[in-house]
Amino acid sequence: MGGFFWVAGAVAGRQIYKYFANPAFLAPALFPLFFFVAFAGGLTRVGDVPGFDYAPGYIAFQYVWALLQAVAMGGAFTGFSIAGDFENGFARRLLLAAKNRSGIILGYTIASLVRVTVTGALVTVIALVVGIPISGGFDLFGLIGLAALVNVAATLFGAGVAMLLRTQQAGPVIRTPIFMVLFLAPVFVPLNLLQGWLQTIARLNPFTTVLDAARGFLAGEPTSALPAYGIGFALVLVFALWALYGLRRAERVGS
Amino acid sequence: MGSSLPVQVAALAQRSVLRTVRQPAVIISALLFPMMFFSINAYGLDAAARLPGFPADTYLDFAFAFPLIQASLFGAITAGADLARDIESGFFDRLKLTPMRPVSLLLGMLGGILALGLLQGVVFLAIGTLMGVDVRSGLLGMVVIVFLMMLVALGFGGIGAILALRTGSVEAVESAFPLFFVAIFMSSINLPRNLIEADWFRFIATINPISYLVEGIRSLVITGWDARTLAIGFACAAAIVVVALAGAAASLRTRVA
Repeated sequence: MGGFFWVAGAVAGRQIYKYFANPAFLAPALFPLFFFVAFAGGLTRVGDVPGFDYAPGYIAFQYVWALLQAVAMGGAFTGFSIAGDFENGFARRLLLAAKNRSGIILGYTIASLVRVTVTGALVTVIALVVGIPISGGFDLFGLIGLAALVNVAATLFGAGVAMLLRTQQAGPVIRTPIFMVLFLAPVFVPLNLLQGWLQTIARLNPFTTVLDAARGFLAGEPTSALPAYGIGFALVLVFALWALYGLRRAERVGS
Repeated sequence: MGSSLPVQVAALAQRSVLRTVRQPAVIISALLFPMMFFSINAYGLDAAARLPGFPADTYLDFAFAFPLIQASLFGAITAGADLARDIESGFFDRLKLTPMRPVSLLLGMLGGILALGLLQGVVFLAIGTLMGVDVRSGLLGMVVIVFLMMLVALGFGGIGAILALRTGSVEAVESAFPLFFVAIFMSSINLPRNLIEADWFRFIATINPISYLVEGIRSLVITGWDARTLAIGFACAAAIVVVALAGAAASLRTRVA
């Protein structure tokens, strides 16, 4: 097999084919959709709480979280696929065949982005059916860009763990931290309305800045866009190094 | 093995409990995850207590039913998966070759669920009280909460047993987890029904029996002794137990035949 981009293209092509050949590829969207329906449907009155000042309303407030959850879980599920490839022996053959193995990571990342384009669109269509107002105009591209960064960061994190552990039992190790980061943020109400330890943790959680900025883009009133993108790119960089570390460990073990 | 049914059930219940105790990950997730979600919900939705007509002083008190119901669900899935594992591994078939009655395996599993439910109820009440949950119905109310929770766990456990006996597959039992989870969230777990704005959601919450289990437990925490709500809660729990156990018994007969 050829160089970096050739390997990336081959891995991405196989992975994308695998996704679309099996309806289970929509699985990462199921939980976010369920949470969206449950929270947006059951908690709408929370938007009437004094101090809740998100202009597009409570359903839109929940949509942004559901979208980012869907793209992050899409990354996690790609990690599960990589772990599965190690268990069934495909990854071993891939490592033997690929001239430039770093391209493997890029390939899985491209496939993950393609996957979440579909799952993210599914969440968005359902949100539109439910009636979220779109008032962001061109700012919506800011939201899409942030969603892409969240997906890439989660994919690289999952890839690193999967390559390090090389077993599908790595699932909880990939899923739990992502789930924690998503929930320890202003999920139900804005940061200023959170209470106690949750507000303290949410303030320290970098995902809070990303979530706030994403909600700002949807509302057409971008806030902390620069720090959010800074955090997004920093996470991608850190987890790219993490994924490369996982890859090198897998090479050394020869799995 | 010519022992009586109660002795057989006790032996298999002990096996069920020991198997759970020997898996620290199961114990930790059965205790930790419900409390973690409770804490996130309680502090994340605290502002909802400012809504006009909200029935509790704090969201912490209001949300306390959540870990109890969720823990019952975890227990049911764990026990159902254990029973399915017994079928997958051939233990169930070997048991059929002995004088031990297969029904004792089912009752033993349900005994294990009750024991886990008791442990979870006591631990959650202790932690909840330390966190500041004010149980209006007092000490006796706490006992009733644990009892109702164990009844709920028994009902969910019966459903887990039906899945295990019908499919004989651990994966099938565990894949039912999201369905239980959906049923919990599509109830009045997060807001009282009269404060749910979306008509379709309020309708689902009203026909969802879990709402009445939640409201029964919750009434003991935020109101005190509300005979009507409590009676509806117990009636719902008892109905689920009867239907689930009847279904489990029928599934057992099919599996043994």
